Amino acid sequence: MMKTFNTIMNSIWFWIGLFILTYIIAMDAKNIAEYLNAPWLTKYPKDWIFPTKTYISSFMNWLIEDASFGLFTFTEFTRAISWTIEQPYKFVLALLSSGFTSGFGKNIVQILPPLSWLGVLAFVIALAHYAKSWFLAFIVGLSFLYLAVFGQWDSAMITLASVVIAVPIGVGLGLMFGIYAYYHPLFEKILNAILDLMQTIPIFAYLVPILFMFGFGPVSALIATVIYAAPPMVRNTMLALKSVDPEIKDFGIMTGCTRFQLTWRILVPASLNQIMVGTNQVIMLSLNMVIIASMIGAGGLGFDVLSSLRRLDIGGGFEAGIAIVILAIAIDRLSQAFAVRQVQINKKHKDYGVLSRYKRTFIVIGILLSALIFGQFLPFLQDFPKAYELSTGTFWSDLIKYLNINYFDYFEAVKIFLLKGFMLPIKRFLLSVPWGWMILILTILGWKFGGWKLALLNLLMSLFIVINGVWDKAMITIYLCGASVIIAAAIGLPLGILAAVNDKAGKIIGVFIDTLQTLPSFVYLIPVVMLFRIGDFTAMIAIILYALVPAVRYTAHGVKNTNPELIEAGIVSGATKWQTLTKIRLPLALPEILLGINQTIMLALSMLVITALVGTRDLGQEVYIALTKADTGRGLVAGLAIAFIAIMADRIISAGAKKARIRYGMEAE
Amino acid sequence: MKKIIKSTLISGVICASLSGMAMAAEMSTDPIKLTLHDWSGQLINTKIMGSILTEAGYNVEYVQADYIAQFAGLKTGDLTLAMEIWATTGQEALDEAVATKKVVNVGETGLQAIEEWWYPLYMKEKCPGLPDWEALKACSEVFSTAETAPKGRYVGAPVTWGGFDEERVEALGLDFDVVHAGTDAALFAELESAYQRKAPIVLWAYVPHWAPAKYDGEFVEFPKYTAECYSDPSVGINPNAAYDCGKPRGPIWKAAWSGMEDKWPGAYATVKAYNIDNDEMSAMVGAVDLDGKEIDEVVAKWMSDNKTRWGNWVSK
Repeated sequence: MMKTFNTIMNSIWFWIGLFILTYIIAMDAKNIAEYLNAPWLTKYPKDWIFPTKTYISSFMNWLIEDASFGLFTFTEFTRAISWTIEQPYKFVLALLSSGFTSGFGKNIVQILPPLSWLGVLAFVIALAHYAKSWFLAFIVGLSFLYLAVFGQWDSAMITLASVVIAVPIGVGLGLMFGIYAYYHPLFEKILNAILDLMQTIPIFAYLVPILFMFGFGPVSALIATVIYAAPPMVRNTMLALKSVDPEIKDFGIMTGCTRFQLTWRILVPASLNQIMVGTNQVIMLSLNMVIIASMIGAGGLGFDVLSSLRRLDIGGGFEAGIAIVILAIAIDRLSQAFAVRQVQINKKHKDYGVLSRYKRTFIVIGILLSALIFGQFLPFLQDFPKAYELSTGTFWSDLIKYLNINYFDYFEAVKIFLLKGFMLPIKRFLLSVPWGWMILILTILGWKFGGWKLALLNLLMSLFIVINGVWDKAMITIYLCGASVIIAAAIGLPLGILAAVNDKAGKIIGVFIDTLQTLPSFVYLIPVVMLFRIGDFTAMIAIILYALVPAVRYTAHGVKNTNPELIEAGIVSGATKWQTLTKIRLPLALPEILLGINQTIMLALSMLVITALVGTRDLGQEVYIALTKADTGRGLVAGLAIAFIAIMADRIISAGAKKARIRYGMEAE
Repeated sequence: MKKIIKSTLISGVICASLSGMAMAAEMSTDPIKLTLHDWSGQLINTKIMGSILTEAGYNVEYVQADYIAQFAGLKTGDLTLAMEIWATTGQEALDEAVATKKVVNVGETGLQAIEEWWYPLYMKEKCPGLPDWEALKACSEVFSTAETAPKGRYVGAPVTWGGFDEERVEALGLDFDVVHAGTDAALFAELESAYQRKAPIVLWAYVPHWAPAKYDGEFVEFPKYTAECYSDPSVGINPNAAYDCGKPRGPIWKAAWSGMEDKWPGAYATVKAYNIDNDEMSAMVGAVDLDGKEIDEVVAKWMSDNKTRWGNWVSK
């Protein structure tokens, strides 16, 4: 019985039949509900909504106002944490940006100016040379020079200060949790679930509780950044420790290492490569957070982007946005160079003279000191001279204006075509499927791909969405993300394949997607509004631009890394280039491509909160409204709903990818 | 940050010569935290207040905070002073906060907020009869787009700003779809785009803001707002619906943490005395947003032009 049912489920006709049935039900749902006099079939009744959000909000109030550990209250505890983080932050900020002062108000006296731009420039160049090569030094130097020449220096240093604080905290905490989870399997299970939520709940949803707990200002922004950026560090640490060769570990145990020694002398050094991948992710994500962090008090480049766009200074927003990209790339390359260097065995030094051995250090210190001393008389040493600053001025605004005046009608035509032929049908369909039926389908999907566990998970998660009364917004969310993911995949897969088969194209595409990933989406959101008006279409473009990246990257990686023996076998048996691609490389890359799509979905969902800024009516908007109304419960419920959609999609696709791997013999059952 | 210190240093030198400035002897040296949002008018307003307090010898700190979320901070004393709470968008939140007795309304800034439907002047040709709202009834189709046709399209403010535009459209029988922008930036991006093409548009605009200064246009004249019009369906043109009138106009308030008066009594009195008007604010906002001047520069200029004025506020 079970077996026959499984065969039925595996047949493609079952799915086609199910879809047609769903379509018929969706079309007639209203009539059926009316006929049966049961309106709750199509619309979940308001009285049935469970007030989770009220409970969360009152719990939060209790936590902030009454909760106590006996000796001190919860709020005192969280405030102590923010004080602890604030001290190093203030120091770094003074060092890089504001200078050291005493007194306040008009009696303020500057004791020491901040590091001069020349000094910082010399420092990063020396660092890059030390870490790798003159070439890297050139790249990094050029990046920082851009910041100075385009007048982004002051803001960039504020941003840099927060990165300098957030990244070590994120890396340190990530490492600690990862190591602890490595030794305690139960903790690992719990941690994995928490990490899933941390990575899928939109940041806006937990900004309000953070503000309540840690107070207003840069520290809250730093903490939000850490929460957002740390999960990949934890995951990579766990992965890294697990992948250490068991023989190395056994050797450590045999020689009588304590657990501390085993961890820090053997396991961590042996897996440093993977751990550095995590560190790199923390850096990139911290810089991703810059815009949102600036909304709650981080200042710096993110604030420049926001305020430029607020006065429709597209060029100004673009310059600040590019500055974020450049800063991200410079720090990323530096950290990667350091990772490689750490693993290398130190070369023997030929000479032992102190001066020649620490040449770089002396040069940097020399430049710093002379800039400090002579900067008093020659201001250009301290601050980059204003007269030499460049700007793209009105170039970008003029470009958008030109496109707007000359091509608006074409844009409009494309938009209407896609809207009417593609987006609106999906929206109508999803909104008309009765909620009960949709939950049933999700459960069946879970069962088919991941057995009863996934079926139960899907059932519970979709029930959560419906009983909290955000079903319609969840459907609009799925529609908006679904439509975007389909188009992103349609663009991303060919691009990825092209990048894999053609090296030159691959390089150009690489730069393109790197930029897309780090350029704050707000920079292009406003020009897109100008060309396509406010609405779902504009939101979709923004989501596609952001979510395209993994589709390209994973496809390229998967197609490129096909087992060479299999390609060889294909060529030997006379396959043409086209045949090798379609019959060998693509099928084998399928699991990887599926993971890319999976990541595309995750990124699409994480963009929702940003697209709410152009006026969508989905869960992202719900989170955004909650943020501006400082409603903890409402924000977290909507955030959890988004997280659950993400987790359901992730589990189904991962299970599908696993099946594909088993089918192609890449993984044992 | 450095610029702020510099500009305060400069103005500090200028004003060192000013005599007769009362220095409160009992004042606390803890920082007075002023909130910054992301629109220029508010930044200018706050920086002027901050500069005055700095001149008076107080320790001033600026904190970036969200417009509505800041009330949470004002209640606990994390934040001390918010310089722009608009009666039009923030009244509800302000009243709620004042009711908790943890936040006080320090009075008007002197600025008057106007928020209403607004159109560029060239729309008068396409829709004769404007600015009277009845004209919108006749030519709603002029304002339509492919997505809303045959209804007109009205770009409303972010949902969080309220405004009751859906209700207004319904009550006044206007054939319009209300499309909400997500942010202020998106709202005026639409205007900029339409204005470049001289395309039809009617949207939510407000003063003091740079947009009505940059673009030629007018506010639509709706039946005058009364409190009853909003609360009582029978009042107004449509006997069966509320909101059958324009939007309320009102002052922009200053709001402070209720502990401020005890902790910095002198500063509190100065804040209370602070007063500025729409015209000078519009000029300063224009200088920043349209002429590209730095906010600190504009603030420093106001400070040196109005020494006696703010000197009086400080001595109170």
